[in-house]
Amino acid sequence: MADNETILVVENLGVKFDNNEVLKGLNFFIKKGDVLAIVGPNGAGKSVLFKALLGLIPYSGKIQWASGLKISYVPQKFNIDKDLPLSVAEFLKFKEKNLEKIVGTLKSVGITDEHHIEHHILKERIGWLSGGQLQRVLIAWSILDNPDVLLFDEPTAGIDVGGEETIYNLLKKLKDERGFTVLLISHDLNIVYKYANSVICINKEMVCHGEPNAVLDPTALAKLYGGEAGFYKHEHDH
Amino acid sequence: MAEKPVSTNTNMITNPLYLQLLVGVLTGLGAGYLGSFMILKRMSLVGDVISHVALPGIALALIFKINPFLGAFAALFLAVIGIWFLERKTEIPSETLVGIFFALSLALGILITPEPELLEALFGDITKIGPTDVLITIALTAIIFFTMFRIYRGLTLSVVSKQLAQSMGINVSKISFLFLFLIAMVVALGLKVTGVFLMGALVIVPAAAAKNVSVSLASFTRLAALFGGVSALGGILFASHFNLHPGPIIVLTSGVIFLLTLLFKK
Repeated sequence: MADNETILVVENLGVKFDNNEVLKGLNFFIKKGDVLAIVGPNGAGKSVLFKALLGLIPYSGKIQWASGLKISYVPQKFNIDKDLPLSVAEFLKFKEKNLEKIVGTLKSVGITDEHHIEHHILKERIGWLSGGQLQRVLIAWSILDNPDVLLFDEPTAGIDVGGEETIYNLLKKLKDERGFTVLLISHDLNIVYKYANSVICINKEMVCHGEPNAVLDPTALAKLYGGEAGFYKHEHDH
Repeated sequence: MAEKPVSTNTNMITNPLYLQLLVGVLTGLGAGYLGSFMILKRMSLVGDVISHVALPGIALALIFKINPFLGAFAALFLAVIGIWFLERKTEIPSETLVGIFFALSLALGILITPEPELLEALFGDITKIGPTDVLITIALTAIIFFTMFRIYRGLTLSVVSKQLAQSMGINVSKISFLFLFLIAMVVALGLKVTGVFLMGALVIVPAAAAKNVSVSLASFTRLAALFGGVSALGGILFASHFNLHPGPIIVLTSGVIFLLTLLFKK
């Protein structure tokens, strides 16, 4: 029965920046174990929604998380330059001091060779990692403290399409193993069909909400993307 | 080895060279260490720019006959609050505005600083330090390292991603302010050592050198502090031996270290 537990209720959520309505009238809820995708055009307020959910910005309406949840967030914006003198080990130790646990977590995100982890990955500058490796390290960061909920803002920005699939497969694998709930912002509807069991489409306000196959119809997408998106449903959905 | 007149006094407390070395090295350590985080935060020029603000502070202190250090520190503190507000308001570094404001305060400072003290204020003169300066330096360096020990994690995370840091409950704005406050402290300390014009260099050059040869944050920040300390040590000894002005020699020493590290650049 715990599987049906509602862990987040959002009612009439609104966010204003200098009298500019960035989000208004959002209502949705999330159950434990859900993978909720948030889609919408650029500037639709997707990242703002995350910040409101995390309590980082002022908002109106109600955001109610179940009590005692550990929430982990991976933002879209990182300033990780090639010349940033910060090793992967140092970065991860900001969250978890225990090296064994760090190595274990890196293994579970698909960097399997322990020798490679200890002698190369951990000692490298974080900016020297490839896009895919960096993404795995960020996922490792996010699950290091065994969170109940993961918030991912465009987890595949800057990754090639092949790598993108792998990252989502990895997220799905971890979710199945650890049973956390995932909220993710994605621009790729294929990913949404394939991995999410629930979707909300927003463009400042709620355009659709429900199961991806049921609600992402041409009308909703036209409303969401202003009719220009010829793309709606991909052939290989299940 | 020939014995020089200055080294005949081996009393740690009264030998002026020892005191200069103590003040110089502590300031160099603090400046280098803070400089490494300034480079991380891409605010390398802030030290340069705000040090200029110290001049009108020194001038006013001289005119009203209070300790110039206090005047400099008060002026720097105001400057830091100004930068902090600009940072919060705009999210982007307001370089132009800051640049203009600080150039103007330098001009004003040059105008109102009494002539005899002007050269010393601009280029520092560590040979004129007294016991009070030593105590102030020890206390402020201790505060700098203690505070940094508390905030370096949040500071670094906020560089990697401000949102990430905030989502972990780190008060990015408060840390940013504390850090600027520490910069004001170290710049004020440096006014005796290298003066208004060159303090920016003592903050940035050792840290830039350390960055050349570091992969990790630990080695970067520690080497930056070390290079700052060594620059001051080498510079003061060299200047004392050849009877030169120590400020510029200290900065040139850090420049030599920077050039050497280029050979081992990572």
